[in-house]
Amino acid sequence: MKCEARNATTRRRFLALAGGAMGAFGAASLLTVRPAVATPASMAAAIREVVGEAPVRPGKIKLDLPPLVENGNTVPLTVTVDSPMTAASYVKRLHIFNEKNPEPNIVTFHLGPRAGRANISTRIRLADTQSVIAIAELSDGSFWSESVDVIVTIAACTEESK
Amino acid sequence: MARALINVPAKATRGQVIEIKTLISHPMETGYRPDYNGKLVPRDIINKFVCTYNGTEVFRADLHPAIAANPFISFYTVATESGVLTFTWTGDDGKSFVEKASITVA
Repeated sequence: MKCEARNATTRRRFLALAGGAMGAFGAASLLTVRPAVATPASMAAAIREVVGEAPVRPGKIKLDLPPLVENGNTVPLTVTVDSPMTAASYVKRLHIFNEKNPEPNIVTFHLGPRAGRANISTRIRLADTQSVIAIAELSDGSFWSESVDVIVTIAACTEESK
Repeated sequence: MARALINVPAKATRGQVIEIKTLISHPMETGYRPDYNGKLVPRDIINKFVCTYNGTEVFRADLHPAIAANPFISFYTVATESGVLTFTWTGDDGKSFVEKASITVA
């Protein structure tokens, strides 16, 4: 099980993670430019499944997540897409993915011109320090993405059930 | 199945973009969590949420285990006419929970 495997944190792994987190600040702009590159294979596959061969460009989305999360069991997430939401131009679908949870998908929202505003809030679970990616599919068939790095101190799904 | 809280404005002007907040009590059991005996608790989540406005679908969400327990979703819609908003949550077991809210559009 993935959640158990992460209990065996070695010094090497810790340093690699810490280094990665430090580097993330400098590379944040680089990461958002190429969201599909630095992600594990399962998420890339899940993204490929919804996007197909179409290019995914960075921008148009604002993904709001706290940068430092104390409890991964409930993380507030707000996603906003810059779209007029008219019958001619609207957001069709909005997908949220993660890198290191047991499953790469978090949620898919289906919108339409009736939504009026492409702004959705929910609460998610994060099993590890990782990046979360939002991908919007617009009515003209284009895909836009935004990636946010989140540091999680207490992971979801490690605790036993009551 | 559950208890739901819904926040829809009672009144709106025509064409106004209104915010809708929904919350339903549900454990959203992921299927990756061990119980005291080390066995995995079987998965039991709400996998679908639909909002219809006088019968027309205005919002839909496909949920996965990464959604936190007691799923909270807030979204927007355009107040087009007076009527009833219907909210349907569907679980892994195929059972649905339906809640309704009415709105008056002037």
